[in-house]
Amino acid sequence: MFKGVDFWPHEKTFPIMDFRRTCVMITSGIFLAAVLLLTVQGLNFGIDFKGGSLFEIQAKAEAGGEPGALDISELRSKLGGLGLGDVQIQQLDKPSDALIRVEQQPVKEGEDVEKVQQAAAAKVQEALGDGIEIRRTEVVGSAVSGELQWAGIMAVTFAMVGILLYIWFRFEWQFAAAAVIATVHDITITLGVFALLGLDFGLSEVAALLTLAGYSINDTVVVFDRIRENLRRYKKMALDKLMNQSINETMSRTVVTSGTTLIAVLAVYVFGTEVIKGFAFAMIFGILIGTWSSVFVASPFLLWIGVKRDWSGLAKSDKATAAAQAP
Amino acid sequence: MLQFSRFKIVVVALVCLWGIFATLPNFLSEETLKNYWPGFLPNKQLQLGLDLKGGAHLLLQMDSSELKKDWLKAIRGDVRRVFRTAKIRFKGLGQTPELVRVKLVNESDRTEALRQLRTIPQQIGSGFTADSGYDIEVSEGSDGFIELQPTQAGIAQRISGAITSAIEVIRKRIDNIGTSEPSIVRQGFDRILVQYPGLGDTKRLKELIGKTARLTFHDVHPNTSAAEARASRIPLGFVIYPDAEDPTREELLQEIPIIYGEDLVDAQPGFDQNTNEPIISFRFNQKAAVLFGEFTRRNVGRPFAIVLDNGFKDDGVTPDIKVLSAPVIREPILGGSGQISGNFSVESANDLAVQIRSGALPATLTVIEERTVGPSLGADSIDGGVTAAIVGGFGVAAFMLFAYGFFGAFSLLAVFVNLILIVGTMSQIGSTLTLPGIAGLILTVGMAVDANVLIYERIREEMRNGKQPISAIDSGFSRAFSTIIDANLTTLIAAVVMFWLGSGPIRGFAVTLSLGIFATVFTAFLVTRLMVVTWIGRQKSRKIPAPL
Repeated sequence: MFKGVDFWPHEKTFPIMDFRRTCVMITSGIFLAAVLLLTVQGLNFGIDFKGGSLFEIQAKAEAGGEPGALDISELRSKLGGLGLGDVQIQQLDKPSDALIRVEQQPVKEGEDVEKVQQAAAAKVQEALGDGIEIRRTEVVGSAVSGELQWAGIMAVTFAMVGILLYIWFRFEWQFAAAAVIATVHDITITLGVFALLGLDFGLSEVAALLTLAGYSINDTVVVFDRIRENLRRYKKMALDKLMNQSINETMSRTVVTSGTTLIAVLAVYVFGTEVIKGFAFAMIFGILIGTWSSVFVASPFLLWIGVKRDWSGLAKSDKATAAAQAP
Repeated sequence: MLQFSRFKIVVVALVCLWGIFATLPNFLSEETLKNYWPGFLPNKQLQLGLDLKGGAHLLLQMDSSELKKDWLKAIRGDVRRVFRTAKIRFKGLGQTPELVRVKLVNESDRTEALRQLRTIPQQIGSGFTADSGYDIEVSEGSDGFIELQPTQAGIAQRISGAITSAIEVIRKRIDNIGTSEPSIVRQGFDRILVQYPGLGDTKRLKELIGKTARLTFHDVHPNTSAAEARASRIPLGFVIYPDAEDPTREELLQEIPIIYGEDLVDAQPGFDQNTNEPIISFRFNQKAAVLFGEFTRRNVGRPFAIVLDNGFKDDGVTPDIKVLSAPVIREPILGGSGQISGNFSVESANDLAVQIRSGALPATLTVIEERTVGPSLGADSIDGGVTAAIVGGFGVAAFMLFAYGFFGAFSLLAVFVNLILIVGTMSQIGSTLTLPGIAGLILTVGMAVDANVLIYERIREEMRNGKQPISAIDSGFSRAFSTIIDANLTTLIAAVVMFWLGSGPIRGFAVTLSLGIFATVFTAFLVTRLMVVTWIGRQKSRKIPAPL
């Protein structure tokens, strides 16, 4: 019977907690850089949050053949002449495909902002003409984009609070605080990467952020669970040593799980269509950063915040008092 | 953890069987499903979201200010009627965007006037709930004005009613252009969500459902032309509307129509026999036929006007009201039918006929969000999703077999059951598979494997600590349990929040993720364990070989 290859060097204990200061310093540096990027450069909000319109287009095929290539510069001059402000045209993977983004239209006195938006989208559709197939249209008005912004912020906040409360309930507040620090770290750095690369940030990217928050917490919880278990088992062991052992014990699982999840998400990124790529990208990055943070961020913070020792005492002493009170 | 009661085994087997039969319909044609699939088995197929099968998603907002303006106009009419009947003389009757106000000629009429005006407001609500009361508030304003102002509850009730009837009108209009089943639902306070599958081009759809299409028949001023009225002053109770064919021409019309579009019972596009131009022929209902017969009999030789009110033009401020035609009455029209010519194209005649038949919208609807996916892109998305699922699935499978060998195969079987349960449940509860949903499914595979990884790594650890295989397996399962629950519940919290936040596609993702979490816990603790326990039971000696 094939038992599988246990490739992890279990006999070795990596002194991870000895490097905690270096790790946290590196990670703080990246975190600050992300915050800086977010304040200076800002996120490139997609139309979900900013309003505007987006078209995914493809050159029509000539009688049964493959679709031809798009003439981007011609498109640019054609659409630039419509007087719709900033029109971005982005070539996609195939030469026949492109994305067009039209910004939210400014409104003159007395005009209805939603109708102006619709009129602008209609102008683009008309200008594209017959040789081009519009495969996807998204027009988001200012009312809806405002609401989506609010919904996005609320979602991330509520998810964080929910997770915090759950961990507080299952562990102790110190664990919850450390887990949330790690997750805020993950989300901020992922946002920073979106700002750095100028990637579109829309509603599906918020969903990706929430998923990666869930994933990262998942990883952190596995390590914390082991720390709690070892706290019960080794009452006298120094806290940093105990944490180091816990991290090492769960390391092989962390690596295997990150590996399998990465395989799955990479497949989505490579084979998925344009609509899903931003989501997959956020997930890939999130898995890497989430794995890093549960080992190198959450645990050091837990150590600094400090934990209650002697977990086994609780249940036993309850029983003992109950027994003592019994006649 | 290694004992399984017979009851548990039966439950696990039943759930897995259900999963298989709930998923299978997706692989059958609709015909096979109808004729050969036993009726007692689950028979629903997975619904694809608009982003996968292509279609249009339009969020429409009703122009509540227009609705209010129309209502105030009606209140103004009521005030005039009430005062005339009660023979109370008034002056300065007018409306602001918020209210209608009027002054009395004789202050001595004030008590009686207020009493009369208080007959206009309608009671709303049951009288017991907080939002009940009257729809209009009559009060005394400054400078001797009496004011009639719609209340919040009254406005809310108006909008509710208007949305309900707008949904009906839209449904009728859409039914005229295609066979696919649109979903038209109210969303929020003053919005309507239209989802129309299978349509790439929304231009026609928007034309058809966005226009108010309120048709009215008006009397033309007998001796003053529009130009003359503009030069001096517009007579009281008259309005000027532009002509549809020639924008420089205008007509001076009585503001209150003779007949409203609601009184038309049928409207069909056709062609004029003489000019061969597209026209719309219509029939009046009984009441309108009599009214119109009477009107035409009295006014032979004079014109009347057919007016189309389409709310506002694209800029949202210019009223889109025009005179379609102003024919001269040659003889009394007693048959209750007629035709409208108005410089139509074949398509616009067709659309207008549909709109007249379906009725007018209570107010203009503006598209505030539009998401359209063409069918070809949807197909590409499915292809991409399927390829990703196959490649991702094989990648994960290879990894698991490499890392855990024989037990790795168990976990793959468990993941397979997991997928079947998710897809089966989604099919049977009628939830929609969206593109992010496919991503969620693939992600679930990755995370479902995690539960098994946790268990197997734990078993290996216990064996490294010197335990015998059987007890290592036992404590592996029991020790990993709380970890798996904690880890999955935190993800579930994120998924629930997403469901609550999201619309359409994101919701689809949240549903798949949540179902995936439940399925993962089920398969890890029951399916994998059952397989492992069965494997142990089949070993010849009580001392089993190390499995991992």
